[in-house]
Amino acid sequence: MLLEIEDLHATVATTQILRGIDLTVRRGEVHAIMGPNGSGKSTLCNVLAGREGYTVTAGRVLYDGQDLLAMAPEDRARNGLFLAFQYPVEIPGVGNTYFLRTALNAVRKHRGLEPIDAMDFLALVKAKMQFVDMDPKFLNRSVNEGFSGGEKKRNEILQMAVLEPMLAILDETDSGLDIDALRIVADGVNALRNERHAVVVITHYQRLLNYLVPDFVHVLANGRIVRSGDKQLASELEAKGYAALEGAATP
Amino acid sequence: MSALDAHLENFRRLDGHAPGTLRALRERALARFTELGFPTIRLEDWKYTNVAPLAERAFHLADERAPRGVEALAQRARLGTGIELVFVNGRYAEALSSVGRLPSGAVIGSLDSALQRRPELVEPHLGRYAPFDHAPESLTALNTAFIRDGAFVYVPVGTAIDAPIHCLFLSLPADGPIVAHPRNLIVAGEGSRVTVVEQYVGERTYWTNAVTEAVVAAGAQLTHYKVQRESADAFHVGSVAVEQAGESTYHSHAVSLGAVLARTDIATRLDAPGAACTFDGLYVARATQHAAQHTTIDHRQPRGTSRELYKGILAERATGVFNGKVYVRPHAQQSDAQQMNKNLLLSDDAQIDTKPQLEIFADDVKCSHGATIGQLDEDAIFYLRSRGIDAPTARELLIFAFANELLGKIEVAALREQLTGEISSRLKGGRHMDHHHPGSHPQ
Repeated sequence: MLLEIEDLHATVATTQILRGIDLTVRRGEVHAIMGPNGSGKSTLCNVLAGREGYTVTAGRVLYDGQDLLAMAPEDRARNGLFLAFQYPVEIPGVGNTYFLRTALNAVRKHRGLEPIDAMDFLALVKAKMQFVDMDPKFLNRSVNEGFSGGEKKRNEILQMAVLEPMLAILDETDSGLDIDALRIVADGVNALRNERHAVVVITHYQRLLNYLVPDFVHVLANGRIVRSGDKQLASELEAKGYAALEGAATP
Repeated sequence: MSALDAHLENFRRLDGHAPGTLRALRERALARFTELGFPTIRLEDWKYTNVAPLAERAFHLADERAPRGVEALAQRARLGTGIELVFVNGRYAEALSSVGRLPSGAVIGSLDSALQRRPELVEPHLGRYAPFDHAPESLTALNTAFIRDGAFVYVPVGTAIDAPIHCLFLSLPADGPIVAHPRNLIVAGEGSRVTVVEQYVGERTYWTNAVTEAVVAAGAQLTHYKVQRESADAFHVGSVAVEQAGESTYHSHAVSLGAVLARTDIATRLDAPGAACTFDGLYVARATQHAAQHTTIDHRQPRGTSRELYKGILAERATGVFNGKVYVRPHAQQSDAQQMNKNLLLSDDAQIDTKPQLEIFADDVKCSHGATIGQLDEDAIFYLRSRGIDAPTARELLIFAFANELLGKIEVAALREQLTGEISSRLKGGRHMDHHHPGSHPQ
C-alpha cells in the first residue's frame, strides 16, 4: 500500500473543505479523481503536499507506512511524493537548471546517492526535455518566469520526469492545455506506469482520460468521495454531469 | 578627553610638510567642522542615521603603520588585479602595494606622494567637488581638515587602463578606537577609461571617514566600486562626489555589508550635455546594523541619462535607509532618469526607510521612480520545498536571486566571487533569527 487516506477532514481558515476522504492507492495503479469546482480537489492536493494554511481536523494519511502529515514538505518530496501544481509559481532570479539540479541532488542525497555532476545532469535533463518536447532554452530561464500556461505545465512534467517520484499527484495539470500538451502529460504519466510507482490525476474534465486510461476513477463532491469505479465512470460523468452523482452513495 | 578635543588634538599632530594651499584648505575645513559640529537627527538629511556614537567618543589617529596581522587582513580582500594600492589605518603602505607598469603619463599611487611630486595634477581638483560648507556636510569638512593620504588616480587624455585599480583600506587598531580620514582623488582625462575599486575592511573598533572626489572629463568613462566590508564593530561614513563633463559615463557600484553603522553618500553632477551615469547599490544588514545610502544625481544640462537600482536585504533588527535624490534643472531638457529601490525584509523587526526624491524643473524629460518593500515569497518557498529543497536552502536561494541582479553587474570577477561568498556567510549567520519569523500566511 503506497497511500492510505482514512477519514480525512481538513479546514482552510474556519471553512470545512474535506469531510471524510477515504482513498487507497497501491503501487502500479493510476487513479483519477474528478469533481466539480469547489469539491475539495486542490485542498486534498495541498494537504498531501504539506502546504501551510490547512488544518487537518480528523483522519490520517499513511504514505509507504509512514505518517505523511507529520512530515515536512521537503521530506515528503525526498521520500518520493510529487505534486504537479495547478498554478506553478514564478521564481525570478533562480535559474531552472540550478533549481532542478538542487532538487534532484536533495532527493539523491536522501536515497544515499552521490550528487550528480553538472555534465551528467545536463545530459539527463536534455533527454527528459526532449521527452516532454521542451526547448532546451528554458533551462537558461528563471523558474517559470514569463512561461505561458502550457510551458509551466510542461515544466512540471519535466520536473516529474527528472525526479522520478514514487507517487505523483497532478492537480488539474490538463486544464488549459491543447491536444499536443495533453498527450505530453499523458506520456509523462504513462512513463511512471509500472509496478514501483503510482499516479493520482486530479481533473475537472474527462478529456485527459482519453489519453491516459486510469485503473480507478473517483468522484469527489463536497469534500467526500461519493463514487468510485473504473474508467466507465468517467464516461458516465461526461454524459450525465456531476449533478446527477452528487450525494449518491459509493457502491 | 571629549570627542571634539580628540579631533583637535589629532589635527595638531598632523605632519607639517603639506603645501601651503592644502594647509589653508585644511584649516578652513577644521574651522567649519568646529562651527557645525557632528550632524544630528534634527537635520533632514540625517534624520534616520544617528551618529551620537561618533560624537560621544574619542577616536585617535593611529600611529602604528604596520600593525600585527595586517598582511593576513590584506590577504582576505586582495583581488589580484595587478594594480593594488593598500592603505593601513589611513596611510599608504608601499610594501603591501603593487602598481606595475602604467601607460605613459598615468599617475597611480598615494595622494601624499602625488601632493609632493606632482602637485600640479592634484591641486586643480582637490577639494573642488566635495562641498563641506553646509551642516549635513560637516563630516566631509572633518575629512577635508585631515587630508593627508588616500588613493590618487590620474589617467591622461585618451588613455585606457584595463586592469581594475584596487584601493584597499585596512583598519587595524592596536589599542583603543582609531579614526582614519582617507581622501581619494580620481581624475579621468578626456576620452580615457578606467575602473577603480575602493574597498574597506578591518578588525575591532574604529571609524572610517572617507571622501572620494572624481572628475570625469568629456567622453571619458569611469567605473567605480565602493565596497564597504568593515568589521562588525566599526563605523563607516563615506562620500563620493563626482563631476561629469559632456558625453562622459560614470558607473557607480556601491556595496555595503559591514560596520555597525554605515552611511554612504554618492553624488554626481551631469554638468555638460549628454553625460550618462548608472548607480547600482546593494546593502545587506543584520543584527543591529544600520546601513544608510544616500544618492544624488544632478541633471544640470540637456540629454543626460541616469539609471539607478538599489536593493537592500535587512534581517533581524537591522535598519536601512535609501534616499535617492534626482534633480532635473531647468536647462536639462531631454533628460532621462530612472530610479528604483527594492527592499527585502527578512524579519518583523527589520526596518527600511526609503525616500525617492525627484525634483524636476524642466518640462521635456522622462523620469520614473519606484520603491518596493517585501518579504520572501512564501509560495515560492513552498514550491522549492515541495521539490525536496529544505527550507533554509530555499530561503537562501530566494535571497540570492534577489541579490544576484546586482552581483551579476559586478564585472570584476574576483570581487564578485568574494562578495557572493561573504553575503552567503553573513546571511547564514542570521538564519536562526529568521526561523522566529517565518512570515507565512494561510492560503
